[in-house]
Amino acid sequence: MNRSTIPNAVDPPFKTGEEALAVLHTDLDERLCFGAGRVVVTGTRILALSPGDTVWRSWTLRASLRLERRDHAGVASLELLDLKGRLALWRYTLAQQDEAGRLVGVFERQSAPQSTVAFDDRLLDSAALDDALGADEEAQTPPSTWSLLRLGRFARPYRTELALGLLLTLATTAATMVPPYLTMPLMDEVLIPYQNGRPIDPDQVQGYLWGLLAAALLAWVLGWARTWLLARVSERIGADLRTAAFAHLQSLSLEYFGSKRTGDLIARIGNESDRICVFLSLHLLDFTNDVLMILMTAAILVSIDPKLALVTLVPLPFIAWTIHLVRDRLRHGFEKVDRNWGEINNVLTDTIPGIRVVKAFAQENREIARFRAANDRNLAVNDRVNRVWSLFSPTVTLMTELGLLVVWATGIWQVANDRITVGVLAAFLAYIGRFYIRLDSMSRIVSLTQKAAAGAKRIFDILDHVSSVPDPVSPVACGDQKGRLTGHIQIRGIGFRYGHRAVIRGVDLDIAPGQMIGLVGHSGSGKSTLVNLICRFHDVSEGAILVDGVDIRRYALSDYRRNIGLVLQEPFLFFGTIAENIAYGCPQATRTEIVKAARAARAHEFILRLPHGYDSVVGERGQALSGGERQRISIARALLIDPRVLILDEATSSVDTTTEIEIQQALENLIRGRTTIAVAHRLSTLRRADRLVVLDRGVVVEEGGHDELMRRDGAYRKLYDAQARQAANEAALESAAAAVAAAASVAAASAAVATAAAVSEPTIAALHQAAHLTGAVLAAASESASAPTAATFNTAASQPQKSLPEEVR
Amino acid sequence: MNQAPEFSLTRDAFGRLVMTSVLGEVCVGVLPVRSFPITAPNEALALVGPHGEELAWIDQLDAQPESVRTLIAEELAAREFMPEIVSILSVSGFGTPSTWDIETDRGATHLTLRGEEYIRRLSGGGLLITDRFGIQFLIPNLNALDRQSRQLLDRFL
Repeated sequence: MNRSTIPNAVDPPFKTGEEALAVLHTDLDERLCFGAGRVVVTGTRILALSPGDTVWRSWTLRASLRLERRDHAGVASLELLDLKGRLALWRYTLAQQDEAGRLVGVFERQSAPQSTVAFDDRLLDSAALDDALGADEEAQTPPSTWSLLRLGRFARPYRTELALGLLLTLATTAATMVPPYLTMPLMDEVLIPYQNGRPIDPDQVQGYLWGLLAAALLAWVLGWARTWLLARVSERIGADLRTAAFAHLQSLSLEYFGSKRTGDLIARIGNESDRICVFLSLHLLDFTNDVLMILMTAAILVSIDPKLALVTLVPLPFIAWTIHLVRDRLRHGFEKVDRNWGEINNVLTDTIPGIRVVKAFAQENREIARFRAANDRNLAVNDRVNRVWSLFSPTVTLMTELGLLVVWATGIWQVANDRITVGVLAAFLAYIGRFYIRLDSMSRIVSLTQKAAAGAKRIFDILDHVSSVPDPVSPVACGDQKGRLTGHIQIRGIGFRYGHRAVIRGVDLDIAPGQMIGLVGHSGSGKSTLVNLICRFHDVSEGAILVDGVDIRRYALSDYRRNIGLVLQEPFLFFGTIAENIAYGCPQATRTEIVKAARAARAHEFILRLPHGYDSVVGERGQALSGGERQRISIARALLIDPRVLILDEATSSVDTTTEIEIQQALENLIRGRTTIAVAHRLSTLRRADRLVVLDRGVVVEEGGHDELMRRDGAYRKLYDAQARQAANEAALESAAAAVAAAASVAAASAAVATAAAVSEPTIAALHQAAHLTGAVLAAASESASAPTAATFNTAASQPQKSLPEEVR
Repeated sequence: MNQAPEFSLTRDAFGRLVMTSVLGEVCVGVLPVRSFPITAPNEALALVGPHGEELAWIDQLDAQPESVRTLIAEELAAREFMPEIVSILSVSGFGTPSTWDIETDRGATHLTLRGEEYIRRLSGGGLLITDRFGIQFLIPNLNALDRQSRQLLDRFL
């Protein structure tokens, strides 16, 4: 989309044979005001037209020219630099990001032809992918206001029932039309002649009265059948809608959940679908009934006396007009009410899970105030809606009364002139009474329809949301016949941005099958994001991730993810038994398999200690498990699906070092033979990694084995030193504690204290040895309690150092 | 706090800011960053280096010497992009995503609102609207908008 408001009036002054290879439509000027400009790269030059200018500037391509792209807060800039300084600066919004990327790509290809292959490859790839995914950004058009009609999709399976329901409605309405019609002969043939002195004929009267009774009974039976049938159907439509919304919600990407608030989603799927259901089963039914009745009444009235019928129908347009007038305002009002309801839910979903924080900081009153504020807003919005609404109903009633008045007046006048009989007037009044009552209730349907429509819109908002991680139209088969990949991951020049923040930039990685990679870096360096991209929780903005040589966007999502085992920092256990939780990724797993996985994850023993063993209920309000225990269950869960690619996202970060050792042992079993990507904050957890990748602000800064990186003395070394110092302090404290524990033997105690002393004041070099691995140090420290010699400790701690000299370059 | 200049700022041929501290350390490519861009734009600024490390802290921008202030203002003007919506001319629909034709203090443009939750209420009656591409549009005061804009906007609030 081009944001330009000024038409591209000036064409670039091309020389003969020169053509544009890439164009960037800049949409901002240097002072960041909106305005259209262009930057064009040709085979020999860069041409640029600044916003508001008519003269093109040009630079001949030469080796010293560079183009640099950067962005901040939604604005990107492209700079043309040479060795001496900046030649030009263009600015554009991120909407033009793709064009800019292409332009820089073409520019670099022109000035450095050797990289052509890589670039061609990448460009072709992304173009082909867009086709494969059927990606079309413009497809996200707003849903129509007549959202309720879209419910037709859910009504289709119940066509027969609905048709039958409609027939029954017709019959019911017709049956209710009979009694007023019978008032006519009763008046004209029985009552008025009697007043004029003629006796009443009992047979005739009996006939009419039986007719009345029969009509009433018929209407009752039919009405019952109709209501029951249609309520059943609408309940089912509502249920289908709810399930569909939830199913669709499950298919949406993490990005969607990141941007929506839980309370709002709960309100949408829960309340709105219920409201629609009630609307369909009660109000819509009444409405159809009303419409039918009005049509039939009108027809009967016209057939009896067209002129009087015309008069009777006079108030109708006025009422219609009133309804129309109020309708829009009411709908906005109800939409607002709904949104506010979501807001109230949001406060609840914020506060309830965070109740410990609220209480700890004694902020209960603040939360109450926040809730009250949301509630007050709700009140204000409701007040406004009610103001309109409260005026609406009485107005309709007034119109009805006025209508009746008109009919009385005209009727009496007509009767006086002997144009109609009293019976006809009585029938008219009987009909019209119902008629206007129906109109009144019909006007009520307006608000209900609007409410339901607003609800439907909010549900369809979910249903219409296209996942930002779409399944390909024609997916590539994933791995071998069993759908198993080998786990060869290639990351090619990927970039990713959250909103306008670039989180990952130009990362290249190649991970061989079965290899273990450790991702290292400060928090916020993009480690977890990289892992999320590999899981395809998000799609890359640039570049591609290939597994077994195929872009992961070409695999069907579920097939691909079946090959991935994920162990997170905060293991999530669902409400259910431990066995169910372990078998989450593979519900058909046998008990033997579950126990085997739990054994491998070192969870078996503690599970057996629980009162109900594998049948113990965990999750919300379930058996309380420690962090380490829950983590081991989640490891068993990952083990059970036997994934080819294993992702450990800070799997041991939230537990203490002793638990970490237990988890480490469980992980060893998990890692074996799988491509593993481990994100860890604590470097000690990565001792088994074949290769370490150091990330900093979304860029790979270093890559290599531990020893190699230590020698390089760069970012990794810095991270390591910082942690080693901390680990040493911890180790010193722990071994001191161990010393106390082992105080039974005086010799043991003195040895341990010596150990502690040795650790607490070493040089940095000694620290590297001493704290090469927190785990090793701790193992050593705890060993020193049972077999406490300084030698034991020193051997354990200096082991890693042995490998050092061999690898010196 | 003492606001004696602890550094000097200049601009080089590449258009980058160069900071020289009193100790004579030179840092190229310094960026000014506001700590509270919405609630207190002219207080609490930081000068950060190219790798995001903080080099200097400015409590009050107004207390700085003229030259520093101008350079910082220039640099911020070139980096900060939060167009203020002056009026909303039309919207493509009241369901989201919705494309709005708007007039801002930086000229006319469009914005695409992906959902109502991309409108953030600011304390003090303002709104911050994030469009599909992450550009943030500011409405400093809802009541200062013209009637039509308010009515259009009201449908999304």
